[in-house]
Amino acid sequence: MAECHPVGFQWVMEAKARGATLIHVDPRFTRTSALADIHVPLRVGSDIAFIGGIINHVLQNEKYFREYLVTYTNAPTVLTEDYADTEDLDGVFSGLDPESRIYDFHTWQYEGTEVQAASGKRDKEYSDRVQGSSGVRQAGRGEAHGSGGAEVTAQITNDETLEHPRCVFQVLKRHYARYTPEVIEEICGVPQETFLRVCELLTSNSGRDRTSAFVYSVGWTQHTVGVQYIRSAAILQSLLGNIGRPGGGVLALRGHASIQGSTDIPTLFNLLPGYIPMPHAHSNEDLDAFITAEATRKGYWAEMRAYMVSLLKAWWGSAATPETDFCFDYLPRLTGSHSTYETVQSQLDGECKGYFLMGENPAVGSANAKMQRLGMANLDWLVVRDFSLTESATWWKDGPEIATGELHTEDIGTEVFFLPAAAHTEKDGSFTNTQRLLQWHHQAVEPAGDARSDLWFTYHLGRRIRHKLAGSIDERDFPILDLTWDYPTKGEIDEPEAESVLAEINGWGADGNPLTNYEQLNADGSTVCGCWIYCGVYTDGVNQAARRKPQVQQNWVATEWGWAWPANRRILYNRASADPEGNPWSERKALIWWDAEKAQWSGHDIPDYDKSKSPHYRPPDGAQGAEALSGLDPFIMQADGKAWLFVPAGLTDGPLPTHYEPQDSPVSNLLYTQQRNPVRQIQPHPNNRYQPSGEDPGTEVYPYVLTSYRLTEHHTAGGMSRWLPYLSELQPELFCEVSPELAAERNLEHLGWATVVTARGAIEARLLVTERMTPMTIQGRRTHHVGIPYHWGPNGYSTGDSFNDLSSISLDPNSHIQEVKALSCDIRPGRRPVGADRARLVHEYQQRAGITERTGTEV
Amino acid sequence: MATNSHALYGEADPATLGGYDEPPPRMGFFTDTSVCIGCKACEVACKEWNAIPEDGLVFTGMSYDNSEGLGADTWRHVAFIEQRKPLAMQDPGVQHEDVDVLALASQGSGTPPEQARITPTTPGEPGQMRWLMASDVCKHCTHAACLDVCPTGSLFRTEFGTVVVQEDICNGCGYCIPACPYGVIDQRQEDGRAWKCTLCYDRLSGGMEPACAKACPTDSIQFGPLDELRERARGRVDQLVEAGETGARLYGEDPHDGVGGDGAFFLLMDEPEVYGFPPDPVVTTRDLPAMWRCVGAAALTLAATAAASFAGAMFGRRP
Repeated sequence: MAECHPVGFQWVMEAKARGATLIHVDPRFTRTSALADIHVPLRVGSDIAFIGGIINHVLQNEKYFREYLVTYTNAPTVLTEDYADTEDLDGVFSGLDPESRIYDFHTWQYEGTEVQAASGKRDKEYSDRVQGSSGVRQAGRGEAHGSGGAEVTAQITNDETLEHPRCVFQVLKRHYARYTPEVIEEICGVPQETFLRVCELLTSNSGRDRTSAFVYSVGWTQHTVGVQYIRSAAILQSLLGNIGRPGGGVLALRGHASIQGSTDIPTLFNLLPGYIPMPHAHSNEDLDAFITAEATRKGYWAEMRAYMVSLLKAWWGSAATPETDFCFDYLPRLTGSHSTYETVQSQLDGECKGYFLMGENPAVGSANAKMQRLGMANLDWLVVRDFSLTESATWWKDGPEIATGELHTEDIGTEVFFLPAAAHTEKDGSFTNTQRLLQWHHQAVEPAGDARSDLWFTYHLGRRIRHKLAGSIDERDFPILDLTWDYPTKGEIDEPEAESVLAEINGWGADGNPLTNYEQLNADGSTVCGCWIYCGVYTDGVNQAARRKPQVQQNWVATEWGWAWPANRRILYNRASADPEGNPWSERKALIWWDAEKAQWSGHDIPDYDKSKSPHYRPPDGAQGAEALSGLDPFIMQADGKAWLFVPAGLTDGPLPTHYEPQDSPVSNLLYTQQRNPVRQIQPHPNNRYQPSGEDPGTEVYPYVLTSYRLTEHHTAGGMSRWLPYLSELQPELFCEVSPELAAERNLEHLGWATVVTARGAIEARLLVTERMTPMTIQGRRTHHVGIPYHWGPNGYSTGDSFNDLSSISLDPNSHIQEVKALSCDIRPGRRPVGADRARLVHEYQQRAGITERTGTEV
Repeated sequence: MATNSHALYGEADPATLGGYDEPPPRMGFFTDTSVCIGCKACEVACKEWNAIPEDGLVFTGMSYDNSEGLGADTWRHVAFIEQRKPLAMQDPGVQHEDVDVLALASQGSGTPPEQARITPTTPGEPGQMRWLMASDVCKHCTHAACLDVCPTGSLFRTEFGTVVVQEDICNGCGYCIPACPYGVIDQRQEDGRAWKCTLCYDRLSGGMEPACAKACPTDSIQFGPLDELRERARGRVDQLVEAGETGARLYGEDPHDGVGGDGAFFLLMDEPEVYGFPPDPVVTTRDLPAMWRCVGAAALTLAATAAASFAGAMFGRRP
C-alpha cells in the first residue's frame, strides 16, 4: 500500500501512531513492509490457503463473534442435501461438468428455496426463473444448464444452534478442517510460529470492542481464483464480526483514480450503471422477463425494475414509454463473454474490426502483450486516445514483432488514429474512490493543442454520428437517434458541461426537480436516473461531490466531505454496527443505533437501512422487497439480508474458496489432486502456450515463481509516467529483483543483465540482487521468486522490456481478470537474443519442456 | 561553547545575526525518517516547483535510490538503506540463514554498487532486515559557511533564517562548494552556478509551506517554526525509544553543535554515517576569526617588523 497508494497510506500511518498493529502479507519486503510490524512473505498464489488457515483457526478455537455470526450471516442456514463439498469430491464441488468446464450451481442452494445473487452472475438462473424460455448456455459463462424449476417461495431453514450437519457453519468447518498450520507452512512457506502470531493478533483485535480491516490492491484479483481470494477475506471478516462496523471491512484499493467509478457506471461489458446486469441474448426477452430473472424478491434488488426503467428514461427520454417497453430492446445483448481477452481472440479471428483504446496501453499492460499486438494488427481501424505515443499506438512500426520478423509494417492493414487526451487537471469531473466517495475536481487549465477530454470526445463523436444518421429509417439506427444527447457545452472548444452529466446521473422526478434518494425511483417511467446508486449526488441541484467541508468542522465520519453512494452512507451495511437489539456493540465502536424514543436509527453515520425499521420488526408473510427485510437483516442488498459465508448463487467457480495452484506453478496442490481451478478460463493459442506444473515432466524447465508489481515511481503501463523526466530518473529502467541465494544458484550479477523466459516470451532486465527477496521452503523444496515490475515498454523516456510478454491469458472465470501475479519462469544471466533468435529461444524452451497445445489445459 | 561563540559560531538566531530587526520566527524542516515510506514525492515536488532540470537516467543498484545524493539538480534526495538490523518489535519475515552477507558484501554499504554482489546491505544477524528511508535536504545552518564565503552576496540569509542562493547574482566562483560541511551546495555543470534548496523562499514569502513538505503523505517532512519542531522531535524520539527503538536520535537539532544547529534537522534510526551524513559537522568558517586574528597578528607583526626596520633604517643609522 505504501508502494502503490502512498497518499492513502498516510491514514495507515496515522492508525499506527494511535497504536494499530500493521501486518503486511506479501512475497516481497516492500516499502510497506518497511513500516509494518510484521512482514509475512508467502508464496504468490497461496493466499486462499493462508486465509483458509486463519478461518480454520477461528473455527477450531471458537474465536468467531458468535452473536454477530448467528444473527447477521448465513452461518445457521441449512443447505440442500444435494450439495457436495471439495472434501467429498477431492477438490471440486458438486455440479461440475468437466466437458464444458462449467458448474451447475443448483446443488449449492439453500434447502427448500432458491436465492438470487445480489451481484456477479445473476443470469445463471434465467431459464429456471422465466418459464418456457430457452437459455443461451454459454453466454458470459454465467448461463446455467439443465433445469429444476426451483421453488422460490419456500422459507429458508435456519439452525441457530449451528449444529445441523448441513448448516453453513458446519459445512464451513468441514471444508476448512484441512487448512492446518502445518499445511499452511508447506503451501505458503510461512513458518507456523509466524502464522499463529498473525492469527492471534487478528482475533484478539476483533470483537465487541475492536475491529480489524483488510486492505488489498488489485493484484489480489489477478489470479485464476481472484474472486475467491476476496471471498476468503469476506468470510473471515464476517466470522470475526468486522463488516459494517467502523475500522472493519475488506477494502479494495483500486488501480487507478476512479476505477471504482468505472464499475459503478461501468466500462465493463456485462454491467449497466449501478450494477444492473447487461441482458443476455435470450429469445423474446422483454423487460418483464429480464426483471423476473434478475431481481431478488427480498431486499433492495427487488426494486430493480424502478432502477432499470429510470435508467432507460435517462438514456432514451421521451422514446422510453410503457408502449415501447421503455426501449428495453435498444440495449445490446450479450452472446457470451466479451471481456478484453475474448475481444483479442475475436480480433485474431477477424470478427472484431475496430478498437477504441481510451487511456489504455494493452501492448504493455495486458496479459500476453504479444497476443494484444497481434490482435490489433488484424483490425481495420484502431483509435488510441492517450497523453503520448504509447506502445499501443506504435507497435505497427517498432513493436517487438517487427524486430523478430513476425510482423511486417507493409503487411499490416490496421489504420491507426492517435488522438491526444486531456489530463484530469484540464477538465471537470469526479473521482470515485474505494470508499465509494465521489470527489469533484475542477478544471485548472485548458488542454493544450488538440488534446480533448474523454467527455468532449465521446459527446462530439456521438453528435457527429447522430448527424450522419439523421433521418434514417433503418431500425438499427433508432437506439442512437433516440438517445438524449443534448448536453450544454461551453468555451471555445465546446466542452460539454460535466455537471449536466452528473445531474442526469442523479436524475429527476416528474416535476423536473433533482431526486435525493434512490427510494424515490419509480417503475412507471415517471422518474429519470442515470445510475440509481448515485441518486442524491445532485440533491437540491447542488453538486454534493464538490463539498469540501474541513474535518474539524464536522464529526469524524465527515459526511459533508464529497458524497458517498448510496445516499451518502459512509460505511455500508452499518446496521451491523449495532447488536440485534439496536444498541452499539460497544461504546468504543458505536456508529449507528436504534433510538427507541424517536423510533428511528440515529448515530454518527447515515444509516444504511430503513431509518424507521425497528430491530423488532418481522416481515409479514408474503412481504416483498425492502419490506421483507427483518429488523435483523443488515445486508440489505442480499436476497436473505445476511452476509454470505457460503454463496448459493452468483459465482461460477464454487460456493466456497478452495486452494488451487496457479495456471503455471512449479508446485503441486498439496490439498487435493485437483491442481488448478477446474473452471478457470483459458484461451489456448500458438502464442499463448501454458507450462507444465507440479510433478509434470518439464516443470523443471521453468523452476522459479514469477510475480509482477508496480513501483511508486511509475503508473501501470507507463503512459502517465515513463514520458516524464522527473519520474523516469527515479526508476530509470526495467529491473528484476532476486535473492542473493537465487543469484548464486543462477550466477546472476548485481547490476548485470538477466533474461527471463516463459512459454510465451523472453525479456531482459537489469538485476537488483537484494535480501528483500527471501527464499521460501515449500513442501521441503527451496523455492525462489523472481520479481518484475510491469511498467516498461520500448517507447518513452525510460524504457525496457515488458513483463506482459511473459504472462499468459488465463483468467478468473467470474471477473475475466488475468493471472499476472503468479506464474513460473526460468532466469539466466545475460541479455536476451535479438531478432528472430528471441522467438527461437522461447521455442527451444517450449520444446525442452515438452509443451504442446494440450499442456496445462487439463480441467 | 557559547562562551566561544561569535557571529560565525555557537548558538545564535541567524536572522537577527543577518541584520533583520524584527524577523518572523525561524522556520525549518523536521524530517522524521521513522515514518518515511520512500515515495520520493518530495523529490518530484521540489523539482516541479523549482523547475530543476532532470539530471540523468542512471540505474545505480543502490536499493531504490537512483538519484544518489544532493546536488545542483537534486535538492531533496531520498536515501534507501537495506540493513541486517532489527527494527524494534518488527518481524521482517525474511529467511537468509545460510547466506554469508559478510562474504557477499564484504565492505558492507561502503562497497561501490558496481562492485557489490548484492544491493549494499549492512552486515548483521541473518534473518534480520530493515529498510531505512530518509529524505535529505540542505540543512540551512545557523552558521552557514557557504554564505560566509560568498564574495558576490548571491547567498544570503532570509528573514526566516534560511539560506538562499540568488541565481541572477551567482557568478559561479564556486567558493561555497567546498565550504559546505555537508557537501550540499553544488555547481551545475551546464552554467557553472551554484544551486541548492531555498526552503521554497518564494512559497514562504507567500505564506505557503515548502513544496516537499506539502507533498509528503506521511508527514515525514514537517515544516514550521524551528522551536516548535525541536520540541515535537524530542517527544517523538522519546516515544520511539520507549517503543524499543533505541537507535532513534536527532541529528542537527542541537544549537551547540558545530554549525550552531541546523534549520533542517532529522530524526534518524541509526548512526548518521549510515545515511551518508557527517557525524560531527563543523562550520568550515568557524576558525575564520581566529585565523583573521592570527593573520591580523601576523600582519601587525609584519607591520611592526617593517616599521621597526624602517625605524631602524630611519634612526638606526649605521652606528
